[in-house]
Amino acid sequence: MDRVSVGIAAFLAVSAAVATAAYAQQKDAAQEGIEAYREALQDGNPAELFELSGEELWKTPAGPKKDSLEKCDLGLGPGVVKGAYAQLPRYFADTDRVQDLESRLLTCMETLQGKDPKPYVEASFTAPPKEEMIALAAYVSGQSKDDPITVKPKHPKEQAMYDLGKRMFYYQGGPYDFACATCHGQEGTRIRLQDLPYIPGQKGAAAGWGSWPAYRVSSGQMWSMQWRLNDCFRQQRFPEPVYTSDATIALSMYMAANASGETMKTPGIKR
Amino acid sequence: MGNPMKIRASAKDGVTEIKVLMSHEMETGQRKDASGTVIPAWFINEVTAKLDGKTVMQAQWGPSISKNPYLAFKVKGGKAGDKVSVTWVDSKGDTRTDEATVT
Amino acid sequence: MTQAAMERRQVLTFLGALAAAGFVVPRVALANWDKTAFDAKTMDDALKAFGAGAPADSGDVQIIASDIAENGAVVPVQAVSKLPKTERIAILVEKNPNMLAAAFDIGPDTIPEVTARIKMGQTSNVMVLVKADGKFYATAKEIKVTLGGCGG
Repeated sequence: MDRVSVGIAAFLAVSAAVATAAYAQQKDAAQEGIEAYREALQDGNPAELFELSGEELWKTPAGPKKDSLEKCDLGLGPGVVKGAYAQLPRYFADTDRVQDLESRLLTCMETLQGKDPKPYVEASFTAPPKEEMIALAAYVSGQSKDDPITVKPKHPKEQAMYDLGKRMFYYQGGPYDFACATCHGQEGTRIRLQDLPYIPGQKGAAAGWGSWPAYRVSSGQMWSMQWRLNDCFRQQRFPEPVYTSDATIALSMYMAANASGETMKTPGIKR
Repeated sequence: MGNPMKIRASAKDGVTEIKVLMSHEMETGQRKDASGTVIPAWFINEVTAKLDGKTVMQAQWGPSISKNPYLAFKVKGGKAGDKVSVTWVDSKGDTRTDEATVT
Repeated sequence: MTQAAMERRQVLTFLGALAAAGFVVPRVALANWDKTAFDAKTMDDALKAFGAGAPADSGDVQIIASDIAENGAVVPVQAVSKLPKTERIAILVEKNPNMLAAAFDIGPDTIPEVTARIKMGQTSNVMVLVKADGKFYATAKEIKVTLGGCGG
């Protein structure tokens, strides 16, 4: 190589390094801005309004049996709400099923209040029956805020649910040949400015699992975990899952168990 | 009538901090529904806050305040046990008042 | 008639017209809501409605907000005045269809620091306008919006 070429090569190398550094700096400034924005949202999360209405639904007698949900067993015994969400999904002997919060709420509404779960299952996520479910989920999840996520599959049905969830996470299909893992199976990726949590890892699983239900500022809506999962199916162009079906509970079990040991930050607030 | 507000008020070193979340659509009048019809504007336009019966904040809002509004401010004075009341009035003339106790 | 009384009459007339058209039942009269200011489509008109004219730039007026908003539907803004005898604080968004987002009347015991959340249709300057001891002061900050907040 002659001297001129060496010079050009060196110049290009230096330029590239400067450009990369400038890009990194710019990216950091954007990232810092976004972090400041997210931080500013934390105080005064409108999810608290949904917690309020959820608490009222929990305590108000309703349904054919004119009873409240206050004796509902969410896994820690009848009436114990504090800390219950951080330990779901789990196996319940009375239903012989692994249940997440929303399916367990349906069980309590049926057994304690005599309500028919069908309209709650079939309603769209923006219809009044689902609004009740979402408000209840906001309230119950708020009672586990800052608690450690403690979901360790022990019962054979819990283990089976976890395994099914893991298979579903990696299952690739649909018109776009998509899987959950397409977006959430690699570390350090993002779409636009949104970080994509790496769900197989503890931190990533907690970033996802531990912050739902959440208030979405883009739509001004409160979303439960079931709604969020339903949207994952939609984004993959998969058939819509039935509300509180085993498919959704399996994915929840996979995320919750992966996140176990991290902290519950519910209800969350999202862009 | 609307849904209840969430009011938090805490006194520290002679200053009371009041934080209010309100449940309201805050419709801008700029959006269209699925059929292309403009959704009429509908938003809270006045907020009044009282500490121990005395007006400490009066706000006038337009439609560019976010849905489910949040308002936080500080007032000199006030102590634990004092009553805080917040009232909003919206562009349809609907109104709601909620109360909280300073902690 | 005083300016305030005239504005009040205009607002009441406006509500009366809406009520007559069956839009609203005015259960509570809006004494302070300044329709002219909130309807203003340009910054000049908005400032004029406030009687502000050309406010002086002031380091004693602060706007605390992140440089970037991830979503324009909710942009947290804290408006602070260090000026004595602060009477009023307003938040204006230059590129929104209507500039004025909010105005806060500050009482003698109220600390002139308010936090609110505003919608922004696009990246824009956000101005905090302060009336203190009868005079107007302002400061502005550009907030970048990665996703507009008015289209729904």
